[in-house]
Amino acid sequence: MTTFWSLWVIVLTLANLALVCWVLFANRKVAVDDQQEPGNQTTGHVYDGIEEYDNPLPRWWFLMFVGSLVFSAIYLVIYPGMGNFKGVSGWTSVGELKSDQQKAMEKFDETFGKYVEMPVEEIAQSRDALKMGARIFANNCAVCHGADGGGNYGFPNLTDNDWLYGGSPEQILETLYKGRQGLMPPQGPIIGEEGVRTTAEYVLSLNGLEHNAEMAAEGKKVFGQVCMACHGMDAKGNQALGAPNLTDNIWLYGSSREQIQHTIRGGRSNQMPAQDDKLRDDKIRLVAAYVYSLSRQEEVEQ
Amino acid sequence: MKNHDIVEKNIGLMIVLICVAISFGALVEIVPQFFIKANKEPIEGLKPWPAVVLEGRDIYIREGCHVCHTQMVRPLRAEVERYGHYSMSQEHVYEHPFLWGSKRTGPDLARVGGRYSDEWHRAHLYNPRNVVPESNMPSFPWLFDNVVTGEHTADKMRALRLAGVPYTDEDIAKAGEPFVGGNVKEIDALVAYLQQLGVLVQQKR
Repeated sequence: MTTFWSLWVIVLTLANLALVCWVLFANRKVAVDDQQEPGNQTTGHVYDGIEEYDNPLPRWWFLMFVGSLVFSAIYLVIYPGMGNFKGVSGWTSVGELKSDQQKAMEKFDETFGKYVEMPVEEIAQSRDALKMGARIFANNCAVCHGADGGGNYGFPNLTDNDWLYGGSPEQILETLYKGRQGLMPPQGPIIGEEGVRTTAEYVLSLNGLEHNAEMAAEGKKVFGQVCMACHGMDAKGNQALGAPNLTDNIWLYGSSREQIQHTIRGGRSNQMPAQDDKLRDDKIRLVAAYVYSLSRQEEVEQ
Repeated sequence: MKNHDIVEKNIGLMIVLICVAISFGALVEIVPQFFIKANKEPIEGLKPWPAVVLEGRDIYIREGCHVCHTQMVRPLRAEVERYGHYSMSQEHVYEHPFLWGSKRTGPDLARVGGRYSDEWHRAHLYNPRNVVPESNMPSFPWLFDNVVTGEHTADKMRALRLAGVPYTDEDIAKAGEPFVGGNVKEIDALVAYLQQLGVLVQQKR
């Protein structure tokens, strides 16, 4: 603030306080002063026989005003309020935030800190750590992956031990830190509508779902020329590319004939946002351990 | 006090004195803020919104998102822990009007950019229950049908320029370009707007 505005604030604040004091103290005394009849305490206003006294404020009320004036004087000395004067305490909102964060970090170091160096498998053995991981998951991951990690249409289920990018601790950490960009390119323009239909039948057949065997045989050829590049010759997928296994009857975008055709025709793309710049390392490790434990419930319980 | 009579019997004078009495707070708290230079310095990297984002913001306003969502992370530990770095005035210098909001039925959105995928925003806005079963947010399915024509985008940029947003003549001349062909649905514009919120200041939570 420039000196002018600092003075502006100081002068107006003090003027305001002075005026409040003046109004308060100027009204302390009874103003009625009847020379003819000294005993008269009313103002002389009469309406329907009702007369008006001019009594001062009750004492308790007056003292409350005085108290608030004293409070504001003390406040303006301790806290910043008078223009550029910082107050004797040096308080700032950011300073208070920093000190609160400092205190919180000391607590986090006690609770989260010991897991920073621990291998994820080991963290996943600790009930306390999993409880904390579950809460961090609920705050940050559940909107997409569901409160129970069970996923949603288009957002992977994390409890079924079917991994797009791998379920080892290192792979889970990489997914969390760096994020993932899932992309299935649209195949409609490449293999044509007939190709879309036959390939869909083939994909249905891979999962033991009801299908047209003749078309599936055709689709297998298309699959061998196009789809295998990512999903592999055996259609078991490729975790390096995030290409899903198409033989396990686990579906991210639905298993109906129409849904599969739609996926093949128009492609799919979605993103797991990187948490590297969003979450602290200790939180990421706890979440990784929790996610690691989700599909290994029995193992963890023991 | 005898002088009371003068004030009580002159309603015009009373109005003037009331105005004086209640204006001290605003004169001290608000007026100097307009003249503090640091408040008006845009944060590094801040640019006027591109056309699609600008239209998305107007959809955000039209649908009343700001009624239930704030865009203001206060400097309190719990908020910074949940949403990220507290909001700063320098991030909002090009906003007319600002959308800080005052009520949080839903979470704060000041730093929602990049937190979720585009696909998540689409699924969530189509029907929030599809991804968050306990959500009480309304569905916005019409955003997926309505096309953004962009016919007023240039006018909006001109208006914002009058308010001090540094749009160039080139920006304004090209304002309608992204909308040619009718490929930009309202959902695309809104998601583009949401994905850039608060991304200039990143802090680990």
